[in-house]
Parts: sequence; C-alpha cells; structure tokens
Amino acid sequence: MSEEPAFRVRDLAVSYGSQVALKDVTLDIEPRKIIAIIGPSGCGKSTLIRCFNRMNDLIPGTRVQGQVLYHGQDIYANDVDPVTVRRNVGMVFQRPNPFPKSIKENVAYGARINGYKGNIDELVERSLRGAALWDEVKDNLNRSALALSGGQQQRLCIARAIAVQPDTILMDEPASALDPVATSKIEDLMQELKERYTIIIVTHNMQQAARVSDKAAFLYTEVNEAGTARWGVLVEYDDTSRIFTNPRDKRTDDYISGRFG
Amino acid sequence: MPVGMSAGTPAGAAAGAPAGAAAGNPLLMRSTSRARVVKDVAARVAMWLAALIVLVPVILILYYVAAKGLPTMDWEFLTQPTPYSMRLRGGGFVNGLIGTLLMVVLAAVVSIPLGLLGAIYLVEYGKKGLLAQVIRFFSDVMTGVPSVFVGLFVYTAMVIPFGFGVVMGAASLAIIMLPIVVRSSEEMLKLVPRELKEASYALGAGHWHTISRVVLPAAAPGLTTGTMLAVARAAGETAPLLLTALSAQEIVTRLVGEATASLPVLIYYGARNPFPAGQERAWAGALELLLLVLVFTLLARVASSRNRLWQ
Ligand SMILES: Nc1ncnc2c1ncn2[C@@H]1O[C@H](COP(=O)(O)OP(=O)(O)O)[C@@H](O)[C@H]1O
Ligand SMILES: [Mg+2]
Repeated sequence: MSEEPAFRVRDLAVSYGSQVALKDVTLDIEPRKIIAIIGPSGCGKSTLIRCFNRMNDLIPGTRVQGQVLYHGQDIYANDVDPVTVRRNVGMVFQRPNPFPKSIKENVAYGARINGYKGNIDELVERSLRGAALWDEVKDNLNRSALALSGGQQQRLCIARAIAVQPDTILMDEPASALDPVATSKIEDLMQELKERYTIIIVTHNMQQAARVSDKAAFLYTEVNEAGTARWGVLVEYDDTSRIFTNPRDKRTDDYISGRFG
Repeated sequence: MPVGMSAGTPAGAAAGAPAGAAAGNPLLMRSTSRARVVKDVAARVAMWLAALIVLVPVILILYYVAAKGLPTMDWEFLTQPTPYSMRLRGGGFVNGLIGTLLMVVLAAVVSIPLGLLGAIYLVEYGKKGLLAQVIRFFSDVMTGVPSVFVGLFVYTAMVIPFGFGVVMGAASLAIIMLPIVVRSSEEMLKLVPRELKEASYALGAGHWHTISRVVLPAAAPGLTTGTMLAVARAAGETAPLLLTALSAQEIVTRLVGEATASLPVLIYYGARNPFPAGQERAWAGALELLLLVLVFTLLARVASSRNRLWQ
C-alpha cells in the first residue's frame, strides 16, 4: 500500500443497549477508492457505515468500542467533536432526504451553518456540477427541492454533501429507492467522485457492488448456540474482483452466488 | 411521497376502477366482492353525515351572529367607546377592542415564545426524562383547569396588590395559553421526520442549528395552527378577565391599575342587560370578536405558508 489509509478500523464493536449488533471489525480504507459494504439484511451494514461519521451517536443507548482512526486520529476519542467529524465525512442516505427548502438553500445549508466565507452562488454551482445536476436545475435554483424527481433529489443530496468539502462520502444504499436509469446516473457519478473523495457505499445489490467498487467488505450475521442473540461480523474484506471471483470464505461464496440472503 | 409509487401498478389501478372494468379477468373480480362495495359505500355515507353534523352548529352560529350583529356594526360601532348607559343607542366597543388587542398580544408575546421553547425542550432535550414527564403532566392538568381559577389566582397574586389592569388580564390569558402552546407545539415538532434531522447532523450541523434551521421551519405551519388555536381561545376568555381587568367605558390609558374593557366582557355585560340597545351592541361585539379571531388566523396562515416549500 502506497498511501496512508483514510480510515483504520480496529476491533470495532457496536451495541444498541444490551444487544450487540456488530463485532470484531478490523479493516483499512484507502483514500480515493470506492469501498462497498455488502451482506444480508440486518447484518449491520448501516451500523458499520454510521460509525465513520459518528451518526450512531444520535441513537440513545448506542455503544461503540474499538477504534476508528481517521487519518490517524481516533474519531471516538474524548476530545473529538462529532460535528467536526461530520464536516469531513459526508453522508447520503437510503431515501433521498432534501430539506423542504429551495434547491439552492439545500446545497448552501452546510456552508451557511459552517460560516462559509466564500461566494455561496459559486459554491452552489460547483457542487451541483460535481453532482451532475447543474444542467437540469440551473434555471430553477429557487424552486423547491421537493419538486425534483427521486433520482434528482438523491444527486441533490450528494451535491449538498460535497458542498461542505468533505474528503469522504458515506452512502447507505443510495440507489435502492431509485429506478434503473437514476441508479446508473448515480453509479457514473460515483466514478467521477472517487477522483477526489473516498467513498464508502452500502449496497444490497451485488451487481452494483461488482460494478462500482474497488474493494468490498462482506458482513454476515452470526447466531449464538442458543439462538437467542445475533450480531454481524466482518467475514471477508478484499479487492472486489477477488471477492466476486475467488472468495476465501464459503459464506461469501454462498452469498454472492445467491445461495442465501 | 415515495417516487416509485406514483406510476401505479396495473393491479392498483384496477382495484380503484369500477367493478365492470375488471370483467373477464377472474383474478381481479374476486377482490371486489359485493359485500365489500356495500361496506365501502356505507362507510363513506356515514363519514359524510358526520362531517355535515359537525358543520351544522358552526354554520348556524356564523349565520346567527352575522344576522344579529351586522345591523349594529357600523363605523361608529367600530370607532366609539361604550356609552355610559346600556339604554342609550349609538357608541361602540372600541374600548373593548383595544383592551382585547392589548391583552391578547401581550399574553401571546409572553406565552408563545415560552411555550415554543418548552416544546423544543420536551422534544429535543427532555424526551422521556423525569423533568419532561413532569412538565407534560402539569401542562395537561393546566389545560383542564377551569379558566375562572386562573382568574382567581391572578386576582390574589396581582390584582389585590396592584389593582385591575391590562397586565393582570394578559397574565391570566398567558397562563391559559401556555399549556396549549406547549402541548400542540410538541405534537407538531414530533412530526418532523427523523430523516431531515439526520440530514442536517450529517452536514455538520449542531443541535441548535438543526432545530432552528430544519426542525422549526419544517414544523412552522403546524406550529402556527396550534398557536392560533391558543390565541383564539384567549381572545374569547371572559371569566378570568372579569377578575383581572374588569371593564370600563373609556379607552384604557395605563397598563396597570386601571380597569380595562375587553370584547368578551363587554359582550357579557351587554347580553345580560334588559335594554335592547345594549343587547344589540353585544351581538355586534360578538361578530367583531369572531372576525378578529378569523383575521388573526388568516394572517398567521399566510405568514407561515410564505416561507415554506413543501411542494
Ligand atoms: N436504532 C437501533 N436500535 C436497536 N437495534 C438496532 C437499531 N438499528 C439497528 N438495529 C439492529 O442492529 C442490527 C443491524 O442493523 P443494520 O445495521 O440496520 O443492518 P443492515 O443495514 O445491514 O440491514 C439489526 O439486528 C437491527 O435490528
Ligand atoms: Mg441498512
């Protein structure tokens, strides 16, 4: 590996109250790559991705153990403000969630609350261009974001995220609520974005993971012997080509070839 | 609404179409059985009837107040204070209008921000904690307390030491409004989708930014409606004002230590006196109060829909 990883995750475990949701996750994420997190429903993909920007802090009773080092700094250390983390690590959600504001105000939101000193109009244009949405909305910047189609809304959410100038973007199943055309636009966009950003994407869709990602992490649910508790573990983390052609673990093989999940 | 759903699957379209459209397709016909159609029609008729029955008293009240009040409601009524004797014709309720406006606005200025902050505390900070539960409980109790008790409380606490006045009347109205504002605002704030708040946090917004720039704007229309309900309730209160502001024939000149007229109290005095002139003024006053509440509500609606972009 030539470059310092963007993230190093060490022995990460997450529990909701007394229920462990995720255990023993250790992986390194290289910058400016697309990393896919795959696995069956409920195995902890969202739980894992929400550790990278401390979104799990918002759910009362959530406990995170282990380390998440972002450029060498533990983001769960006591003196780290989650707000600072989130300004560097943006996020796009499963369902497009634009604010009930104009297109422009959606994009400008992060900049405004962060006290951005530069020219807001330029930032809005740059971000919308970055999210491949500018040509479709440039004449209607003051229209409600809610009037856009689902795919446009999702690209608006990406524009809104990159306007804060993060270096990593997390995407939790960003295309699962979209039609195939909108999905392929998002996938194309991801290829452009990876020139400048590290992208971590959760996806349900194996073809999508195979198409877009450089590396893939396969999570799977383990159950205790009594069958009373279940938690997710990281089964395998490798180059996407290897995961899809020659996985080391039988569970990975079974999952990607559709034998379960 | 979810985008993918708008297209409507063939099955969904057929279920909404008349039964005849599905003829020939046994699969679709089975789902629209006779009993179901009958039940559907019956439920529809029942709901329409219920809605009509609710509307009847409202329309009757509006009609009656307008019919009885309009003949007396002229420029003089709107601009002149009450004559010294109920027997005299002429004059009007401007003393009551000014008193009501002063007291309601003063009460609103105190209770709306306070109630809103309280609701924000309940939803965003206190949540299910002990203090929040205590506040909720006492708000509910306060909503149920008869308003004359509030009047008696303010009478003892403020009128005995300082005399009657606008401030005392406003205090009793504020006490009545506060729990309504808190509880209705809490319900509205709870309706703001979690996804919107998460979007804000994910962009590096802190708690207060998220509340002030996302939660409050998104909830604004609902907050306005609840708040206006409280204002309308306060504008119509009579009993507490009898104990705190009393009434007067002149336009008020001081906020403390001077008995002050209000529309509901003038209506009350006018309605229970034996002279037709006084009664007619009471009808016109009732119409004026109704219009006042209507104007308040409309203004608030317009103001809150101005900045919102929910489609
Ligand atoms: N807020 C929460 N509170 C309690 N349990 C949760 C919460 N969110 C997720 N879980 C549980 O954690 C496990 C992993 O969930 P999640 O990370 O959402 O899975 P995935 O995204 O892979 O479908 C599931 O068993 C789920 O029920
Ligand atoms: Mg998920």
